[in-house]
Amino acid sequence: MRRLPDSQPPEPTRRSYLDGVRAAAPIGVAAVAFGVSFGVLARSAGMSRLAPVVMSLTTFGGSAQFAAASILGAGGGVATAVVAAVLLNLRYGAMGLSVATVLTGPWWQRALIAQLIVDESWAIAQRDDGRIDRHLLVGAGLLLLVGWTGGTAIGTFAGDLVADPESLGLDAAFPALFLALLWPQVGERSRLLAAVAGAVIALALMPFTGAGVPIVAASLACLIGARRS
Amino acid sequence: MSAVWITVIVVGLATIAVKAAGPLLVAARTPPPRAQSALEHLAPALLAALVVTQTLGGGNGGFAIDPRLAGLAAGAIALLLRAPLLLVITVAAVAAALVRLIA
Repeated sequence: MRRLPDSQPPEPTRRSYLDGVRAAAPIGVAAVAFGVSFGVLARSAGMSRLAPVVMSLTTFGGSAQFAAASILGAGGGVATAVVAAVLLNLRYGAMGLSVATVLTGPWWQRALIAQLIVDESWAIAQRDDGRIDRHLLVGAGLLLLVGWTGGTAIGTFAGDLVADPESLGLDAAFPALFLALLWPQVGERSRLLAAVAGAVIALALMPFTGAGVPIVAASLACLIGARRS
Repeated sequence: MSAVWITVIVVGLATIAVKAAGPLLVAARTPPPRAQSALEHLAPALLAALVVTQTLGGGNGGFAIDPRLAGLAAGAIALLLRAPLLLVITVAAVAAALVRLIA
């Protein structure tokens, strides 16, 4: 039998899981540091040592975890913390859709790989042709998961050594973190508009509602993106 | 069960479901463009709200002006100077700590 001619377009450079680990190494250092910060914040928000580690392993989404912990710490209710955190993580649904197109194999494998989606691993996994490289996603995601969860564990113990996180200015590190994560997101005009609207809604509600409610209400600003262009 | 554990478990399960939803349910299909666009605007809206509430939020709701504001300003300057993420956070923390020390 004759071989079929090789008419398919050449595969883009094959990347390995290790390539993903390498690509994520610099941001992995930051993930450990932020993990430590989260561990410290979670402890100061009244969490046990185990809860923040379990949360880092299962939720694996920095801003949602910071939001949930700080809302609980600020006296906000469970529902407010859950809604704010889940809303913050809804973007992973969209990222999951873009990843879905390159995932094969049994359902549990696809679901498991999807757990490695975070902003950074998803960004690293982008290929030039606009598709996702699953090897890069898995390599980067695993490194970030280990760094983030390990950092959290360290932070929950270091929290005892650090008498007052506020004296180290750690409370200011969190808004700076969110600003730094927001920064690359607002290049597009409509997304900048959504950010401004979100901030205005939060500011307007803060004097009147409990902690966390302004954040949930600010999510409505995403409807700016639903306008017909 | 404590408020903390309920939050950890519910948020964890919800996040796992959100992340897995695409690969499990929607094979090689994207949501309607307007819904997709709204989702893409959720992150900037929520992150901006978090910057505001984390900087100005009081312990029991309302506003509180304190050294966090100085820290955020210092962090923003570091961002403008294209400092890496880790440095931005460090600068903000150090600035807030210094202001708190002096005040």
